[in-house]
Amino acid sequence: MKKIIQSVMTLVIAIAMVSCSGNSNKDGREAQELSGAGATFPLPFYNVVFEQFGQVNGDQVAYGGIGSGGGVRNLRDKIVDFAGSDAYLSDKEMAEMAPVVHIPTCMGAVVVAYNLDGVDELKLTGELVADIFAGEVKMWNDTRLAELNPGVKLPNESIIPVYRSDGSGTTFVFTDYLTKVSPMWASKYGVGKSVNFPSGQAAKGNPGVAGVIKQTKNTIGYVGSEYAFAQKIPYASIQNQRGEFVLPSSATISAAASGDIPADTRCSITNSDAAGAYPISTFTWMIIYKEQNYSDRTKEQAMATLDLLKYILSDEAQGITSEVHYAPLPAKAKELSMTNLKAVTYDGVSIMQ
Amino acid sequence: MNDKIYKILLFTAALIMPIVCGGVVYALVTDAYEAFEHFGFFKFLTSSEWSYTDGAEQYGALPFITGTLMTTLLALVFCIPFSLPVALFVGEYFKGTRIAAILSTVTDLLAGIPSIIYGLWGFYTLRPLIMALNISPQGSGILTASLVLAIMIVPYAASLSAEFIKMVPNDLKEGAYSLGATRAEVIRKVVFPVAGSGVFSSYVLAIGRALGETMTVTMLIGNTNNIPDSITSTGNSMASIIANQFGEASDLRFSSLIAIGLVLFFITAFINMIGKMMIKRARIS
Repeated sequence: MKKIIQSVMTLVIAIAMVSCSGNSNKDGREAQELSGAGATFPLPFYNVVFEQFGQVNGDQVAYGGIGSGGGVRNLRDKIVDFAGSDAYLSDKEMAEMAPVVHIPTCMGAVVVAYNLDGVDELKLTGELVADIFAGEVKMWNDTRLAELNPGVKLPNESIIPVYRSDGSGTTFVFTDYLTKVSPMWASKYGVGKSVNFPSGQAAKGNPGVAGVIKQTKNTIGYVGSEYAFAQKIPYASIQNQRGEFVLPSSATISAAASGDIPADTRCSITNSDAAGAYPISTFTWMIIYKEQNYSDRTKEQAMATLDLLKYILSDEAQGITSEVHYAPLPAKAKELSMTNLKAVTYDGVSIMQ
Repeated sequence: MNDKIYKILLFTAALIMPIVCGGVVYALVTDAYEAFEHFGFFKFLTSSEWSYTDGAEQYGALPFITGTLMTTLLALVFCIPFSLPVALFVGEYFKGTRIAAILSTVTDLLAGIPSIIYGLWGFYTLRPLIMALNISPQGSGILTASLVLAIMIVPYAASLSAEFIKMVPNDLKEGAYSLGATRAEVIRKVVFPVAGSGVFSSYVLAIGRALGETMTVTMLIGNTNNIPDSITSTGNSMASIIANQFGEASDLRFSSLIAIGLVLFFITAFINMIGKMMIKRARIS
């Protein structure tokens, strides 16, 4: 018993010493622990960036991959420093909260991954993807699939669509694309973080969907590109507006953002009409409050939050994107974001000089 | 003086549990109120619509109540052929022997395995098997979830049943043997009639365990919000829909999920109450 008490005491003292030692970061401000929550889609990128940010700046970041919707709810409840979301807030959602700032962190692709024996190349059109997920194209050897993929041996088996059981920014991006390319999808199912998919089965989170596809023959599903890559499951090339069949890659994702970007960076870049663009591409955002003094947050915490966002927009962090199968932000988006960051205040005073 | 302090301490400790329980019910009811008010209590329970369309949200609990009842009842059916022999082995045939002790320890160990482990086993081992046997194309579904649930509740059913089977008085059994009854006849005509309500109650308690199981079911049931049309099709249980959608939910959907939680709370409490009552009756007789 005495021993236990002794070791507990030692631990307490040790923790106290560590936390009192006043770790300071490179600017001489006290090191902060930031917490954020949200999208799982950019999680592989964030894991690397937060680690590097910790080394460069001394501040630690904890991020919970609980889904875009959950992240936004946490921000609304004011219990996190930032929310990660693959879907920008709608005007209605914005109206329900204190003013927020959207900062895009990187670009990514939602890939249509599949598991078919002996098939590692598959071409799909947007309309066909919509029909598959609506349960209207039921068999793998459907004539429309066969016509698009001459020379590919498609089995005489039912297609099993796999979708997300939880609310998800990935679902939002995917259904946003389907809504643009298929009038049938637009009228029956529409766009949202949760959509009533009529057939197939569902799994929780990007890793969940990727796991089910990996483990189940004849499935097709949508996941963030990094998850398909990590599980080594093949994904389809999708026909873009110009009729090109495009595989997702850093270059083809970047191509999708060559158009105009609004000042608050809230825009959808699915179904882009640019040459060589992968059509199911998206920005992913971090969302913070414009007024950073809430829930007893200190000014240091607010400064650390901005430091993190500045770091993510830096060339150093953007360089990591393509290593983990995302794409760097276009210059325009970075420029707009720096302007938006300058508008962020603490007690009404701009934090960045 | 000392006695008084002791009494006060015990009293407060005993009081905390009912307060916590009451608090849980209160929190569930207040948060679920919006859903019941919006849809109507019975309409909420009997509607099979679970639709997110903005502005025309429709949430009904029927698919999940059906999913929970189907998985639980199937699990019970699958669990009986495993748990009853174990109970008879430990409580009657090899009562008090070393091998019975080993068997009952191993069975009890099953209760200590975390549900995520069962889920992973189901996902990576049982699901491919179900696909290979061509039972269902996607592998996940009510059947897969029920099979794993059955294994999970075996220890609860088996060890309690064994206790009641052990309690059957030797005089009765010896009497039957002296009349020339075989062992099988003794079990059928003496052990089961005497221990029957106790054994039954142990299964009721096992059901209570299966009703609320979340992790395993979420991993294996397929998570689709429809009423399952066969035991091989996918669905969602009350616990799994909450696990799936709680993180994202707000407003009406949040309230609907809490309402499902409240219904599950009462179903589980009701089943446990029946089990407890039957145990009491079994002990008295």
